[in-house]
Amino acid sequence: MDTFILIAVTGIGLGALYFLVACGLTLIYGLMGVLNFAHGIFLTVGAFVGLWAANTFFKNGSTIDYLLSALVGGIGAGLFALLMEQLVITRLYDRHIDQALVTVGVALVVGAMLSGWFTNDMRMLPSPAWFMDAVQVGSANIPKDRFMYIAVALFLLILFIVILRYTRIGLIIRAGVENRQMVTALGINVRLAFSTVFFLGGLAAGIGGVLIATYQGGVTPLMAGSWLIYGFIVVVIGGMGSIGGSAIAALMIGVIKQFANYYVPGLGDFVIVFLLAVVLLIRPQGLLGKVNA
Amino acid sequence: MTYLALQDVHVTLKGSHILQGVSFEVPENKVVALLGRNGVGKSTTLKAIMGLYPATGSITFNSHELVGDKTHHIVRQGIAYVPEDREIFSSLSVKENLALAERTKSPNYDFVYSLFPELKTRSSQRAGTLSGGQQQMVAISRVLLNHNSLLLIDEPTKGLAPKLVTEVADALTQVAGSSTMVLVEQNLALVKRVAEHIIVMDQGRVVFSGSPENLHNEEFVKRMLGVSGGSH
Repeated sequence: MDTFILIAVTGIGLGALYFLVACGLTLIYGLMGVLNFAHGIFLTVGAFVGLWAANTFFKNGSTIDYLLSALVGGIGAGLFALLMEQLVITRLYDRHIDQALVTVGVALVVGAMLSGWFTNDMRMLPSPAWFMDAVQVGSANIPKDRFMYIAVALFLLILFIVILRYTRIGLIIRAGVENRQMVTALGINVRLAFSTVFFLGGLAAGIGGVLIATYQGGVTPLMAGSWLIYGFIVVVIGGMGSIGGSAIAALMIGVIKQFANYYVPGLGDFVIVFLLAVVLLIRPQGLLGKVNA
Repeated sequence: MTYLALQDVHVTLKGSHILQGVSFEVPENKVVALLGRNGVGKSTTLKAIMGLYPATGSITFNSHELVGDKTHHIVRQGIAYVPEDREIFSSLSVKENLALAERTKSPNYDFVYSLFPELKTRSSQRAGTLSGGQQQMVAISRVLLNHNSLLLIDEPTKGLAPKLVTEVADALTQVAGSSTMVLVEQNLALVKRVAEHIIVMDQGRVVFSGSPENLHNEEFVKRMLGVSGGSH
């Protein structure tokens, strides 16, 4: 039972990180049809900005300092995402294949620039001392940092739901995911919604980048690779454009992967790819995705 | 006074030359019906006016050139559009569908609910679960919430049960009294009731422009529209 609790909670913590990567991806694809391969670089930029903020302004290593670093990292990544959307994506409006190719290019170029400036060495990101402790649930010792990941992901999930459900821009985004052309036919400039989605997606990825840097021991220009792949898997399983679907899929993937790896080390990735194949065969639109007419 | 004027409008989509020099005028406060067989370019004409399809030629509204303008700018000039397949947002509630269409600080909900009282009682219902007729009411209500100078309405009674056709027709008749409207409609009974001028299209061109009185002529209807006037 203790092992079960330990694996379940750490799995939920991992799922929380997957959700932070996937929620921006799903909104960007759902609204704009852009497969944003540069999303991983948002995560990396966020981690580097967070590292800079932690080393420059928030040096005490307190929880508040850590959260502020994550917030600054998120805002930095959000602004970077917004800049990319304005400079690149808007010029390739409705040219989805070109947009996908350009986002690959942005990811490669920015990744190479970061490697050139900072080298590929891992840089430690300061975090509160209590992250190293464990909390006892039953007789299982659960690393405390997992609760931080879960809390931040939960906070962002609620924030996104509030924005999507209770604000006008959220209403426009939800309508735009369903039928973008009709939104413009109602006199709404849907481009504002695009920019908002890019910023929010970058924000979540950037905050995720800081948390992932803590989870995997530091910041490096190469940190995004497998996280982006898992982000895409979460989006496909959860359903393109569905924040709720991404949350459920991320949780599922995190927990299943942890359990699979516990019983057969290294099996986690295979099980997740198998799960992806099963979902694509049985429910191609994903758990909460909509069937395209 | 001419409110809307199309001059030699062409639309080519995926290599198909759909509109081949469409020209007509719509005077202020008149209802003009756009008629023709399926696939002759009626809906494409409305979409070209809305900027939803790229067009060449000239489309002026109130002396403003619309060709090349963005759709949301066109709408903000006071042109509202009800598409052929309603295109309501099925995952949003009725209330949210209407809220999305608000463009003024005081949207005219009283008028909309007086036309379609059913929408008020179903305001929290997901629009995707409404019947076809109720969805059409939502689609029409979206354009009536704001003050619009020109309404473009594409086949509002398509696929509706006879009772709902009457309800929608009554609403359009009420609106027609005070609006400029371009109405694409196959239901000739509704056209005779509402339209003050008819334009018949064929193969991407205007082939007739004149009085709706012609619709009482069986031979005219058969020749121009390929249908029997009595059956509509």
